[in-house]
Amino acid sequence: MSDTTALRDLPAYEAARGEADHPHSAVVRFGADKPLALDAGGVLTPFQIAYQTYGTLNAARANAILLCHALSGDQHAANVHPVTGKPGWWETLVGPGKPIDTERFFVIASNVLGGCLGTTGPSSTNPATGQPYGLDLPVVTIRDMVRAQAMLIDHLGIEKLLAVVGGSMGGMQVLQWAASYPERVFAAMPIATAARHSAQNIAFHEVGRQAVMADPEWRGGRYLTEGTSPRRGLAVARMAAHITYMSDSSLHRKFGRRLQDRDGHTFSFDADFQVESYLRHQGEAFVDRFDANSYLYVTRAMDYFDLAAEYGGVLANAFRGTTTRFCLVSFTSDWLFTTADSRAIVHALNAAGAQVSFAEIESDKGHDSFLLDEPEFFAITRGFIDSAARAVGVT
Amino acid sequence: MAARDRTMSEAARAASGKRVDLLLIADMVRPGSRVLDVGSGDGELLELLATTRGCDARGIELSREGVNAGVARGLPIIQGDADVDLADYPDNSFDYVILSQTIQATRRPKWVLEQMLRVGSHAIVSFPNFGFWRMRLDLLLNGRMPSTENLPYSWYDTPNIHFCTIRDFVALVEEVGARIDRAAALNGYGHPVRFNMPWAVWNLLGEQAVFLLSRKG
Repeated sequence: MSDTTALRDLPAYEAARGEADHPHSAVVRFGADKPLALDAGGVLTPFQIAYQTYGTLNAARANAILLCHALSGDQHAANVHPVTGKPGWWETLVGPGKPIDTERFFVIASNVLGGCLGTTGPSSTNPATGQPYGLDLPVVTIRDMVRAQAMLIDHLGIEKLLAVVGGSMGGMQVLQWAASYPERVFAAMPIATAARHSAQNIAFHEVGRQAVMADPEWRGGRYLTEGTSPRRGLAVARMAAHITYMSDSSLHRKFGRRLQDRDGHTFSFDADFQVESYLRHQGEAFVDRFDANSYLYVTRAMDYFDLAAEYGGVLANAFRGTTTRFCLVSFTSDWLFTTADSRAIVHALNAAGAQVSFAEIESDKGHDSFLLDEPEFFAITRGFIDSAARAVGVT
Repeated sequence: MAARDRTMSEAARAASGKRVDLLLIADMVRPGSRVLDVGSGDGELLELLATTRGCDARGIELSREGVNAGVARGLPIIQGDADVDLADYPDNSFDYVILSQTIQATRRPKWVLEQMLRVGSHAIVSFPNFGFWRMRLDLLLNGRMPSTENLPYSWYDTPNIHFCTIRDFVALVEEVGARIDRAAALNGYGHPVRFNMPWAVWNLLGEQAVFLLSRKG
């Protein structure tokens, strides 16, 4: 893990931009001899993947678990984040003695293609111009992300992953892994996800993208070159998205109609309500660590995801003959990636004869539940991972 | 269907601590086969089949608690409803489909049985026999719906909405066109009724029954 001391004197925004080419994590660079084929056509070369690892790969190279992050995540799953100084996004689940136990398993987390924390994305330097790619980077897909991850796993000398685990967009990657590389995935855990992005979810993403692109500082995606920053647009995008990660009841429980540091309405458009203040804070905090163009690219990748489409419209065909064992988890109050979405995957896996577990967890915390303290979810993860480890003889 | 009743009397457990009815079922399953346990509870039978018979055993369970407890033990269990979800399984995808202490809690027992025989080449059904002499006596003497150690619910809050007797079940098997390959009954002490006797006698002495069925022809 990297030393982050040098960053403390720099504004967070500058620090975040610095991560694009020179991340505070391990990085593997693939040169012209290893181009990445893209679904959009053509290849990306050279490119790089930023990643973190936790724990030790055993002699049989059989204890590796790949974590796939969600839209706003990155490779810093279980270490202090170099930009925000906050704990890793999955430290609830991953670490010594945790359900994904870094004392037993070799855990890998990489930043996705199109991201902004060190894997090639729109804020990375385009070697052809010496300037940030901006919109010159081809649009990438979930399958492109997974193809790139497979090259990382090759680079690490791992033939077969014990497990691939991820929630939301990370869950899409898990499904893609299981479909594209069934022989390389012993166990797959897609959490709070769907085999295709719904019209409603595409609609929410479009609102976010329009907010970014409507910010005059976006400059047609060339803001890094022109020295501007579409902070307000990206903050609005994040605010809108954040609502979809929660639930009516969790917003009510957290904030209700309570006022923010005031006794009455100000009859203005200040953040009178706590929920407004909270969302503004969420938006502000996000722009410090995330690149606006990456937001466009990564949301687009999710929109394009429709796993069945690659297999003649029949999802079961994506898993035909698979020997991968699956465990799906959904959360009762998640209205972004619903239990019905998970159930559709379960039905397809059953039709394909796959070994599958599925549990719905009672929680009022909405889509974000998979990142929060949910003991039942932890117990299921531990049980599933342990049984996979037993089956392949990992102690 | 409710989580499998965990209030089985102590007499119904063998010296190994396993439930006698589950041991009887496991005994009917060919080692190494593919098994779907419908209403798998917390996975006790799945574990028994996997560890003692080397089966690829999977479960469907309605109750969230049952599913989560089983999955946390590493068992492949899907949260789902037998009354609906069996339709999603392809023909002949399992060697055995098991319905243990659950048929009386399904909304459509006949449909469920037909689906079991479509999805699996064999079906194994165990159920509490409402024709058991103590049930009959209870109703006769007290004039109230029987409630026993194994079936402790009141009529108004029981998950068991479709009770049947052994003879009722045999009639259903005929109606769906299945064949009875084996049958066993457990008396009130959890011991198998050993004698080869007419259904009418089993119907009186058996507190529980286990049937191994297969499709005709």
